[in-house]
Amino acid sequence: MSIAATQKKGVGAFIWEYLTTVDHKKIAHLYLVAGGFFFLLGGLEALIIRIQLISPENDFITAGLYNEMITMHGTTMIFFAAMPILLGLMNAVMPLQIGARDVAFPFINSLGFWLFFFGGVMLNVSWFTGAPDAGWTAYAPLSTTSPGHGVDYYILGLQISGAGTLMGGINFLVTIVNMRAPGMTYMRMPLFTWTTFIASTLILFAFPALTVGLFLLMFDRMFGSAFFDVALGGNSIIWQHLFWIFGHPEVYILILPAFGIFSDIFPTFAKKRLFGYTAMVFATVLIAFLGFMVWAHHMFTVGMGPFANSIFAIATMAIAVPTGIKIFNWLLTLWGGSITINSAMLWSLAFIPSFTIGGMTGIMVAASVADYQYHDTYFVIAHFHYVIVGGVVFGILAALHYWWPKMFGRVLNEFMGKLAFWTFFIGFHLTFFIQHFLGLMGMPRRYWVFLEDQGLDTGNYISTIGAFFMTFGVLVFLYNAIYSWVKGEKAPADPWGGRTLEWAIPSPPPFYNFKQLPLVRGLDPLWIEKTEGNGKMTPAEPLGDIHMPNNSIIPFIMSLGFFIAGFGFIYQTDYNAAYILLFGGMAIALGSMLVRSLKDDHGYHITKEELEREAD
Amino acid sequence: MKGWMGKIKALSLLGFLALILSGCGKENLTALVPKGYGAEVSMDLIILTTVVMLVVFAVVMAIFIFVLIRFRKKKGQEDFIPKQVEGNHTLETVWTVIPILLLIIIAIPTVLATFDLADETEASDSINIDVTGYQFWWHFDYQGEDFQTSQDIYIPVGEKVYFNMLSSDVIHYFWVPSLSGKLDVNPENENTFYIEAYEEGVYWGKCAEFCGPSHSLMDFKVIVVSKEEYEQWVADMKNVDPDEEPESAVAVEGKELFQENNCMGCHAIGSSPVQTGPNLTNFGNRETLAGVEDLDKDTLVKWLLDPEEIKPGNKMTDNYPALNKEDAEKIAEYLLQLKHTDITSESAEN
Ligand code: HEC
Ligand SMILES: [Cu+2]
Repeated sequence: MSIAATQKKGVGAFIWEYLTTVDHKKIAHLYLVAGGFFFLLGGLEALIIRIQLISPENDFITAGLYNEMITMHGTTMIFFAAMPILLGLMNAVMPLQIGARDVAFPFINSLGFWLFFFGGVMLNVSWFTGAPDAGWTAYAPLSTTSPGHGVDYYILGLQISGAGTLMGGINFLVTIVNMRAPGMTYMRMPLFTWTTFIASTLILFAFPALTVGLFLLMFDRMFGSAFFDVALGGNSIIWQHLFWIFGHPEVYILILPAFGIFSDIFPTFAKKRLFGYTAMVFATVLIAFLGFMVWAHHMFTVGMGPFANSIFAIATMAIAVPTGIKIFNWLLTLWGGSITINSAMLWSLAFIPSFTIGGMTGIMVAASVADYQYHDTYFVIAHFHYVIVGGVVFGILAALHYWWPKMFGRVLNEFMGKLAFWTFFIGFHLTFFIQHFLGLMGMPRRYWVFLEDQGLDTGNYISTIGAFFMTFGVLVFLYNAIYSWVKGEKAPADPWGGRTLEWAIPSPPPFYNFKQLPLVRGLDPLWIEKTEGNGKMTPAEPLGDIHMPNNSIIPFIMSLGFFIAGFGFIYQTDYNAAYILLFGGMAIALGSMLVRSLKDDHGYHITKEELEREAD
Repeated sequence: MKGWMGKIKALSLLGFLALILSGCGKENLTALVPKGYGAEVSMDLIILTTVVMLVVFAVVMAIFIFVLIRFRKKKGQEDFIPKQVEGNHTLETVWTVIPILLLIIIAIPTVLATFDLADETEASDSINIDVTGYQFWWHFDYQGEDFQTSQDIYIPVGEKVYFNMLSSDVIHYFWVPSLSGKLDVNPENENTFYIEAYEEGVYWGKCAEFCGPSHSLMDFKVIVVSKEEYEQWVADMKNVDPDEEPESAVAVEGKELFQENNCMGCHAIGSSPVQTGPNLTNFGNRETLAGVEDLDKDTLVKWLLDPEEIKPGNKMTDNYPALNKEDAEKIAEYLLQLKHTDITSESAEN
């Protein structure tokens, strides 16, 4: 393959290219499109939930279907929308920010994506056969005793995609450790790269707990073990511990990259370097570290006793300190700057009050005795949506507007961007603010209906109206994205007056990213060259051949193998014939591994001559 | 654009007005008007944390709004390059130390309250009630008294009443927002906590842990009466004669049908270890049917003909012989006259 080869056209070739690609930028596209699709599904589920709750004792959907809706909404949004979209952004941006030509293991990068993708498809196939209905937290014994195969799909879907996520995390870690451009020391890395690094560490340590939990659950449900079965000497609380030892760091896996995004956007649009860079880095590390110490604050009411409750309450409150540092440092970054407000900036600015509210209610729920009232009510729903929507989703949307030109070579329309922002922003607060009160007024979460005459009607009604506003905002954004693809203006290399390396190369970047690796002279390397140099990065190496990896279909086939085997695992409890799927699928997966191990694939080189022919 | 924004503002204002009008929620359900010790302790902490947090929020918002107004790019300043500030140690120390102090203000009362509410030293000389959670109903066994109730609990006002809770199937949460915060009802470890009600009344209880299709319909009531009324109630409940003949002829037929149709397999009248269904002693005085519906003959007949219609996934559906309408009406007649005491929710409300 050569530069010319990548230019070939045709729908078939286009699809084949994406099925086999190992290029981090194209894998990013895959993550964004697939994650975006699941986001729409999860959003639709949310809307259905809110319609059901628009009035008391409504019967828009049945109790069983409602429980499937909430389970699928939570699982989809966390694992198949927020996570992959962030992984997509990391893929698109992080290698560029450190001046690398790709990630450390392009093949594994592709494998990680396809595992996630098939995991998500697996979960959603359950809509046709009966979806999981034990909540996204799948507490035992409700999950172990849930009839049908819904929860089995949940287990297998998460297990397959979880393996992919773990690979992604390890890959990013190695990339950042090994592949930084000359001069890009750790303390010169942009904050988005830093948070990618820390979030990947969290993935590395948190996901195994989920994997173990899911395996135990799988054995209980499919192979007759009794880890969580009290009657046979098991213990159901263990599941909660395993789940939250994963689940709490998961929150930081989502929010830290969002912090990184804002830490890159504010300096760009305030034209001012990040205030307190070192403190920002260490605050991130500290949040991540403390994030592992607080899981049991999800379990204050389990009956752990006052000692455990007090310790976890205080540990949780401690997280507010580094988070507070971050909020004030962002404000001080803006202070004294010259602030431009566009769509990317609107999402970032809106994050500050929204997330601050989420953080404050976080302290409120951390006060264990107060939590006896909040726990498992709409107050908690409100709290974590303020954090996850007001933090993560706002972050994702800010990032999409900010890096869209770099990722797709087009600029998003500003008017539509603002329209989407305002409707979504207003809708978001309408939907969730009132839920704080609903919770305290006696509305537990996961309620299919609330009764008449309990003072909960108005709040729920307002909340549902808000959900429609949010839906409208999302649709406008979707239209904007498609519009930019068809008709959007072409993006220049550096549309925003960027400060970091990704803005030093064309939009979209050539598939080898940097013709010559850049020499980094400090924090915000491009900004340094703009203010102290000639505005261009100085190359750190002479022009030479570039070594590139070959595309491969093996990751796709291997993931397909696990996908097929997943059905085998699920249905072997009913039919012996399912073993054909189980062993067949595993054979495909293991066979692909064998081929990958035995077949030498040294990649190819882009020659110096070819590079010289390319215009700058 | 302007008019449209104005409309939204007007709308959200209306929403807020509506909220204020609807107040703090339904009395004896809402946690915002505490009427018991646990709820009060929680509420104090809720108020404290809210106040501290609002102060922080005000500071953040003040800086935020100031920055947005003062430092927005101005016309003619397109090329202005602000000073590139690295940081400021004093400032950064300030906003590390102040939050730590604020957190200490919150943490100390939190820890004290946690230990306070976990105190079980008085349990042995107090009323103890064993609570069992079932999908989707509640069973209460008054320790040492040899009788049981389901769905409704009677307790005396102003006294600590201890609840020892265990689940028979999945996890449930025992929550009476106006009286106390919630605690898990687990299948393995018995959890104990107490309720001390300040005022007589009928309080709504809810299951707050997701437990299956009828999770949202797993309500119960705590009926708080005076000490004398409580003692009377206990005496009456101990003296129930399960075989007492009803007065009306229809009810007598109903009683026979109740026995013939295997209802007794799951439902006891009078004290009994049978617990596969709610204990129906004193059923006619229940606050609600199955925890959520109005207790009247029509609804009861509806329940007997098709409980699934009222509570999806409940464990009675299809586990008893199908009834015809006439039989159901007779049984209803019988059940509704099961009033074994004069102490009812009305005693609590007076
Ligand atoms: C297999 C056991 C079973 C049998 C047999 C059974 N029930 Fe039930 N019944 C239950 C359960 C369990 C509930 C609680 C349902 C819920 O609220 O989730 C219940 C609830 C009720 C209630 C509402 C109780 C309350 O506390 O409000 C009534 C009344 C009732 N059953 C009457 C009957 C009658 C009459 C029969 C015989 C025709 C009968 N049941 C047979 C299990 C049974
Ligand atoms: Cu329950």
